[in-house]
Amino acid sequence: MAIRILYFAGLRERLGQAAEELILPVAIDTVGKLRAHLAARGANWDALDAGKNVRAAVNQRMAGAETAVGEGDEVAFFPPVTGG
Amino acid sequence: MSVKVQAEDFDVGREIAAITRGNLAIGAVASFVGTVRGANDGAGVTAMTLEYYPGMTETSLDDIVAQARRRWDIIDALVVHRYGRLQPGEQIVLVVVAGEHRGEAFAACEFIMDFLKTEAPFWKKEETPHGSRWVDAREADDQAAGRWKNP
Repeated sequence: MAIRILYFAGLRERLGQAAEELILPVAIDTVGKLRAHLAARGANWDALDAGKNVRAAVNQRMAGAETAVGEGDEVAFFPPVTGG
Repeated sequence: MSVKVQAEDFDVGREIAAITRGNLAIGAVASFVGTVRGANDGAGVTAMTLEYYPGMTETSLDDIVAQARRRWDIIDALVVHRYGRLQPGEQIVLVVVAGEHRGEAFAACEFIMDFLKTEAPFWKKEETPHGSRWVDAREADDQAAGRWKNP
């Protein structure tokens, strides 16, 4: 299952990339599982550990750990927002 | 109702005039302008860069304005938010709400700002004499948005 992942702000800088295309194992079918899958890369990817204050969106809608992730989705991870 | 995310500065008077021109039902216009402070969290700020999520940010602002419109009987609303590198004193954000009376215009304007601060995907990075730093989300902003849950 192919998805696109975007990273923003401090998280983008920490991970050293703004976007990536990823082929996911079938078992990785929620935002929470995707975070754990990415965090397992080690080093700076621990920024995505479950306990870290990271927000997620799927197809540009705010998402929780249980939100489904599927073929062709755009998933984004970012810190709490600070606009205004 | 409209939402604009842009690098360019905005003219508050011109934006308000565009909303009120020819609409004689409007009796109240409330507006809010956010600007870049020259100091934050104990350090001087020499510049600020605003990052956003093209697509989702506009959708999020549209959704916040739609929520305000469901909640109050307002006639028109506008949100303009800038991105890119800004200097202290520059304008960041404009919210304008027009209604028949001031009550709903003030309330909807404040509601839109409170939710923009906690939900719209924007991130600020400050340049200070000690280096650059990403601004942390503030607990006070979450509390400000939370109070609208118990009208």
